[in-house]
Amino acid sequence: MSARKLGLKQRYALMTRGLDWETTYQPMEEVYPYDRFEGIKIRDWSEWEDPFRLTMDSYWKFQAEKERKLYAVLDSFAQSNGQTGISDPRYINAIKLFITGVSPLEYQAHRGFAFTGRHLRGVGPRVAAQMQSLDELRHAQTQIHTISHYNKFFNGMAEWPHMHDRVWYLSVPKSFFDDARTAGPFEFMIAIGFAFEYVLTNLLFVPFMSGAAYNGDLATVTFGFSAQSDESRHMTLGIEVIKFLLEQHPDNLPIVQKWVDKWFWRGHRVLGLVAMMMDYMLPKKVMSWKEAWEIYFTEAGGALFQDLARYGLRPPKYADVATAEAEHISHQNWCTFYQYTHAAAFHTWLPTAQEMDWLSEKYPNTFDKYYRPRYEMWAQMEKDGHRFYNMALPQLCTTCQIPMVYTEPGDPTTIAFRQSMYKNERYHFCSDGCKDIFDAEPEKFAQSWLPVHQIFQGNCGGATVPDVLDWYKLKVGEDNLDFGQSPDRKTWDEWQASKSRLAG
Amino acid sequence: MSVIAIRPDYEAHTEVRDRLGNFHGNQVVYVHWEKHLSFCAAIAFPLPPDMPFGAFIDNVIKPHYAPHPQAEAIDWAAVTWQIDGADATPDLGKSLAENGVGHKSIVRFWTPGLDGYHGSAS
Ligand SMILES: [Fe+2]
Ligand SMILES: [Fe+2]
Ligand SMILES: [Zn+2]
Repeated sequence: MSARKLGLKQRYALMTRGLDWETTYQPMEEVYPYDRFEGIKIRDWSEWEDPFRLTMDSYWKFQAEKERKLYAVLDSFAQSNGQTGISDPRYINAIKLFITGVSPLEYQAHRGFAFTGRHLRGVGPRVAAQMQSLDELRHAQTQIHTISHYNKFFNGMAEWPHMHDRVWYLSVPKSFFDDARTAGPFEFMIAIGFAFEYVLTNLLFVPFMSGAAYNGDLATVTFGFSAQSDESRHMTLGIEVIKFLLEQHPDNLPIVQKWVDKWFWRGHRVLGLVAMMMDYMLPKKVMSWKEAWEIYFTEAGGALFQDLARYGLRPPKYADVATAEAEHISHQNWCTFYQYTHAAAFHTWLPTAQEMDWLSEKYPNTFDKYYRPRYEMWAQMEKDGHRFYNMALPQLCTTCQIPMVYTEPGDPTTIAFRQSMYKNERYHFCSDGCKDIFDAEPEKFAQSWLPVHQIFQGNCGGATVPDVLDWYKLKVGEDNLDFGQSPDRKTWDEWQASKSRLAG
Repeated sequence: MSVIAIRPDYEAHTEVRDRLGNFHGNQVVYVHWEKHLSFCAAIAFPLPPDMPFGAFIDNVIKPHYAPHPQAEAIDWAAVTWQIDGADATPDLGKSLAENGVGHKSIVRFWTPGLDGYHGSAS
C-alpha cells in the first residue's frame, strides 16, 4: 500500500499545529510568565493566520540551497580579487559602518526572536518567531563572512563586536536593540517585527543593497539576494502581528499605538546613520535620503496606515517632524562625523564640488543655505592647514544617545534642546519624540549608558582621547581620520598603479 | 512607576548611571555657542562646582571654541547667556554653583553680530 500524498494545506496543518506545549503538572501561567504583564489581551491564539505557510522542513531545505549559492559567489569574489572592482575606495566606509553598526543587530534580532518564540504561547507566532530567529542568526553569520574578505585589505572592520559594545556612536544602534530586547515579547514584536521590519526596513535594506550594487560590491549584493526572501517573510510577520493584536481585543489599541509611536521615532533616529551613508558615503549615489523617505515612508507608509485606520490605529506621532527632518538629517550627521573623525572607526571627507552640486540639486530647500557654507568654511580651513576638529565631547540625547545635533522644527539654525526632571536629576533630549519616550518610562531610560558620561566617570580606559580610542581598540592613523591620508587610500592607489603597469 | 515591567520591584534593581556622585566630585556642564553649528552640538565637561564662572569662560569655553574663525572676534562683555533655559547674567567671580549651574545644566550663549560663517549659522 502506498502512502497517501498529503495536500499542501493538510501538510501545513500537521507540521505547524498541535505542536504547542500544554503543561500537565505546572500551571501554564508559570511556564509562560511573559505574555501577560504588558497588558495585551489574547482571546484566541488559534486565530493567528500565517500567510507564509512555510513548514520547518522546507525552511531548512530552502535556506541550505541559498547558503550554497551565496558561498559559491563569495569564493569566486575572493578568487578574482573582487575588492579591486569597487567604484571608489571610499565606498568601503559604508561597509565598515554596516559591520560595526548593523550586523550586530542581526544577532540581537536572532536573540530577541528566540525569546519571543519561547514566551508567546500561540503555536503560530512561535513557529514564525523561531524561523525569523534562525534567519537573523544566518544574516549575522553571512554578513560577517561576506565582509571578512574586505577586512583582509581595509582597516576599521577587524574589531567590530568589541567596538559595537563600546564606541560612542555605535551605542546608538546598540541601545536601540537593547531597549527592544529588554521589553516584553509583544513590544518586541511591534518594535522589531512591525516598526523596523515592516515600516522602516526598506529604508535600511534597500539603501545598503542598492548602494552595494551601484558601487560594484558584488559580495554584498549577493548577500542581499540571499536575505531577500527572508525579509519578505519578516514583513509578513510584522503586519500579521499588528493585525492580530488589534483584532484580538479593543483594549490592545492604546498599548499598540504607544509602541508604534515609540518605535517609529526610535527607528527614525537610528536610520539617520543610513541617511548619511546614502548622501555622503556612497561614491555612486542611488538616490537621496529625502527621496528614499518620500517613496518608502511617506508613500508606502502612508498607504499602510490608511489600511490600518480601520482598527483605529493612526500614523505614528511625529511622523510629520520626521518627514521635515529628511531635509537635514544626513547633513547634520555627516558634519558630526567630520568633526569627530579622530574618534570614528571609518574615514571621513568633505564632499567634492561635484557631490556638493548633487546635494544642492537633491536638497534645493536646505543644502545651499545651511550646509554648503559649512563645508566651504571647512574646506578653506583645510587649505589653510587648520583642518577643523571638535576636541570636546558632545552632549548626548538620553534616549537615542545621538549627540544633540538636531535642530528645532522650522529653524535649522538652532539646536533643539528638550529636558525632563526625574527624581531631581535633569535629562536631556534631542527632540519631543525622544523626550516623550523617556517620560513614558523614566525608570528604564534613567539607566542609559551614555558614552560621554561614562568617559567622564573613568569607565572607558582613561581620561584622554587616545586612552579612550585604545579602549575602543581603534587604531589611530589607520582606522580613523580623513580618507585622503589613510592607509586604505594608499592600498587602493597601489592597486591602481599595478593595474596600469599591467595594462601599460 | 510608569514603566510596565514583569517585576513590581523593577526600579529597585536599576542604577541611575548619571548620578552626580559618579563623577568624582565634578558635575557635568554643557555649553553651546549659538549660531555656530560647525560645533554640531553643545559640548560637555566634568567640572568642579566651585569653579569660578570667569575661569569656566577662560579655561574651558574659549580654548574649545578657538578653532572657529569667528572665535577671536567675540566681545565677551556683549555676550548674552541662558542657564537651563532662563536668561542669566553670570557673575564671573562667583562659582558655577553660585551662578545656578548645577549637574547637567546647559549654558547657552549668543554673540551679537556673530552669526556663523557668512551669517549661515555654521
Ligand atoms: Fe536580518
Ligand atoms: Fe529581517
Ligand atoms: Zn534623541
